[in-house]
Amino acid sequence: MSSIPEDREHEAPKVSHFLRNDTYYGAVQIAIFQYVSVAVFVFLLAGYWDLQVRNESLYNTKALQNQIKSLPMPAPRGRILDREGRVIVDNHASYRLVLSRENLREEHVEPIARGLDLDADDLEALVRRFDRRPSYYTIPIKEELTAAELAFVEAHRNAQMFPEMELIKSQFRLYPQDGFASHLSGYVGEISDAELNSPEWASHSPGDLIGKMGVERYNNESLTGIDGQRQVRVDNRMNTREVLGVKPAVAGKDLRLTIDLDLQTVAELAMEGRKGAVVAIVPATGEVLAFVSTPGYDPNHFVGRIKPQEWKALTEDPHKPLFNRALQSQLAPGSTFKPIVALAALESGAIDENFSVHCNGGATFFGRYFKCHKKGGHGTVSLHKGLAQSCDVYFYNVGLRAGIDTIAKYAEMVGYGRKTGIDLPGEKEGVVPSSAWKIRTFREKWYEGETVSVAIGQGATTVTPLQMAYAYSGLVNKGVWMRPHVVDDGRKPQVDHTAVINPANLGKVLDGMCGVVNEGGTGAAARLPDIVLCGKTGSAQRASNDFLKTKQGEEEFKDDAWFVGFASRDNPEIVVAALFENGVHGNFAAPIVRDVVKAYYDKKSRQKQPAPAPNLAAWLTPGKPAPAAEPGTRPR
Amino acid sequence: MLLVALAICALGILQIYSATHGTPSRNAWMKQTVWLGGGLFLMWLLARVDYHNLLSQVPVLYGTTLGLLTLTLAAGNYIWGSKRWIPLFFGFRFQPAELGKLVIVLLVARYLSELRSDRLEWGDLLKLGVLVGIPAGLVLAEPDLGTTLTYVSILAIGIFFGGVRWRHALVILLIAVVLLPCGWFLLKDYQKTRLLTFLDPMRDPTGSGYQVIQSKIAVGAGGMWGKGVARGSQTQLRFLPVAYTDFVISAFAEEHGFVGILVLFGLYFLLLMQIVQNAQRAPDRAGMLICMGVSSLLLFHLLVNAGMAVGRMPTTGIPLPLMSYGGSSMMSVFAMLGLVNNVRLRRSVA
Repeated sequence: MSSIPEDREHEAPKVSHFLRNDTYYGAVQIAIFQYVSVAVFVFLLAGYWDLQVRNESLYNTKALQNQIKSLPMPAPRGRILDREGRVIVDNHASYRLVLSRENLREEHVEPIARGLDLDADDLEALVRRFDRRPSYYTIPIKEELTAAELAFVEAHRNAQMFPEMELIKSQFRLYPQDGFASHLSGYVGEISDAELNSPEWASHSPGDLIGKMGVERYNNESLTGIDGQRQVRVDNRMNTREVLGVKPAVAGKDLRLTIDLDLQTVAELAMEGRKGAVVAIVPATGEVLAFVSTPGYDPNHFVGRIKPQEWKALTEDPHKPLFNRALQSQLAPGSTFKPIVALAALESGAIDENFSVHCNGGATFFGRYFKCHKKGGHGTVSLHKGLAQSCDVYFYNVGLRAGIDTIAKYAEMVGYGRKTGIDLPGEKEGVVPSSAWKIRTFREKWYEGETVSVAIGQGATTVTPLQMAYAYSGLVNKGVWMRPHVVDDGRKPQVDHTAVINPANLGKVLDGMCGVVNEGGTGAAARLPDIVLCGKTGSAQRASNDFLKTKQGEEEFKDDAWFVGFASRDNPEIVVAALFENGVHGNFAAPIVRDVVKAYYDKKSRQKQPAPAPNLAAWLTPGKPAPAAEPGTRPR
Repeated sequence: MLLVALAICALGILQIYSATHGTPSRNAWMKQTVWLGGGLFLMWLLARVDYHNLLSQVPVLYGTTLGLLTLTLAAGNYIWGSKRWIPLFFGFRFQPAELGKLVIVLLVARYLSELRSDRLEWGDLLKLGVLVGIPAGLVLAEPDLGTTLTYVSILAIGIFFGGVRWRHALVILLIAVVLLPCGWFLLKDYQKTRLLTFLDPMRDPTGSGYQVIQSKIAVGAGGMWGKGVARGSQTQLRFLPVAYTDFVISAFAEEHGFVGILVLFGLYFLLLMQIVQNAQRAPDRAGMLICMGVSSLLLFHLLVNAGMAVGRMPTTGIPLPLMSYGGSSMMSVFAMLGLVNNVRLRRSVA
């Protein structure tokens, strides 16, 4: 073949070179397709014939009677219990008013809203949100009806007035009052539009209550039951003709926590009137025994719809009661960081156990004078004394010898700078500064002078109270960090990570922490007569020295007080970290930890004889002590 | 062909009006009319360009579709728990999966018309399967089982026309039968319930079965002559869910009866046979394949949607072509009719 005809072929209509022109090629298949089409149409027509002609009267009757009324039977949410099965979060019976959409008239919405003191526009918006749902969905419009509201409903719920109103018996969430354990439990609230459109909540409908924070949020799935439904067919006079079916409600599962209500109570009381957090962990298992963040908020106000003014007050409160300090507050650890710096220096060989320094109240590094917290100085300081007395000058030297990246390595080893993975939502990771971190974050080189601040837990270092308890739980556990958790799901405790630490070095550091409390060190206030409680104080500055001079005496710029302790020295069973914001000195946080540890050992020694049940009623809302109480009597 | 299509659209708009008047979606029929106009424009546009040019652009179109589908998954909005739409200006939303139907019709047509043999080999089947499988997988991930099945139906009809060997078809069927139970575990929970409810609607009379039960009551209550426009109690009292989109045919059946259905099916059959006629007279194999692809797609939609309304098919979100309310579907059906017209216009060449 010459190339000329080929060229011509290319000039011919575009792309035709790949087409084949055999039009008869599909004839058989087309014929088959036509027969199939006819079959499909016959099949479909048969379906319509069957319904419309053969069974017309049957379906006609059904359609006439088709005034189905579906009433939800709300499933109670699972309760939240402490480790011994004592109730922390309960339910109580209440009445819920729903609108049945099968007989809802739009013109009724406004008078119903007026009768119940609801915003008519809000209610109309709510009704509209259900437009695309099947009509057996009912619209929950008010929870916990008062006596007056019940009277209004009973008087107007008939065919002539508002037949769409239906009263449903439901279980309403009841939290301890005064914000007890509020940051632990979290709260339930009405599902938002944004949540409705996300796949996580796809099976929910508007008006549903879902866990929004804390344990309620994290364990929403297992706490939530499956709502039941009773479906009745009513005729056009609203008489029930037939009960079509009852789908019983399946109650949500009760949730057992690792929290010990006694310890939680002690910790809450210790923090009363203070801003801060307490976290108590069992180092061998990672179980959280107490989890406190203050100030708290009253979760009862969130159930159903929180009033806008209440929400505003909570969000605008300068003390930030909605802020979960135990796992979200990222603050400088101050001197509680020193044992980790000491361990870093010992393990890396930067110092040996005999390293000592002379402290006369301060020292100059890189042309700048750094003070020690003790004006006259500590004299000759060994490792043990450095920890017990929390000598800053000693740790300036130790830190510089170890270097920033060694400090960072060990800070990360104990779990700082990342989430602990606790089973609660919203955890923050804090910051572990290192030379790599500085380049990544500021595109700048690390200056040795900055290491001086980091060595005493200042500078860019920040941790959360949970991280601190977690860090020391792994240290006292000889390098095994257990995953912290608040839910007791009956499974074996999980090892989060491990590290190989020279027992001699670790022992020196922990002995130093014993000196803090028991040898007249900075944490003497934590001392207990019978138990060897060890720990470390921390007084962390909120800003630079120069800035603080201009703000002298202002409450919110006072130093944060930290204390992290464990007991006992030989057999560590509990680690407690306490943050007392603006508490000035770590020694003021020490008694908080002491109280929790004391409660732990007191309880242990009492355990032989059965403990009396704690007076739980004190924590429940007055006037509603038991879940069995009649609904509608709760004071507002 | 256009007249028949317009007649069906008119019935659809009438039914949408009847099903939505007095509800918050009462403007739906006007929007549908606007979309009809848009659809006609698109049809005209697609009839003008020679379909051979379109065929030569298949790789570009295919790439664009994959891109848009990926974009939907990455950036689309969740609505009722699935990602199917890309938001456009003025609150309009676009469903790339609809564009996909069109492109796959073209893709299959081009691939098969380029073959040198009348018999399909394993390699061809595999290549074609992968080419259709990628967009089908993306749509399935949205998740949108219904549209995925339409893609597969185009593929199936394509293979059938491409000359599949009986032995190969048998093997594919066997593989499908084996894979089906595995696929069951991949389905979303709501899709499982829908299939189970199809087998037994009374399983859950208030949940997924509700739609089917109400739809059957609506159809049955229509009887021979129907209740009359805007008189169907199932439709008007809103017992029938989504009476203007997926279940528009149930609303139509209730208000116009079996006679109405007979007329409507007559129109659809006419439309289908006209497209088939175009296939028979197509100038080349590609044109024939395009026409058959379109007609099989329409037949599949009709079968599933109209079958679901009387409980003879499982509930899937497949719209009734030309009748169900929805812009993307309207546009894509008219675009496909545009392709058929395109093939018809080139007929004189042969």
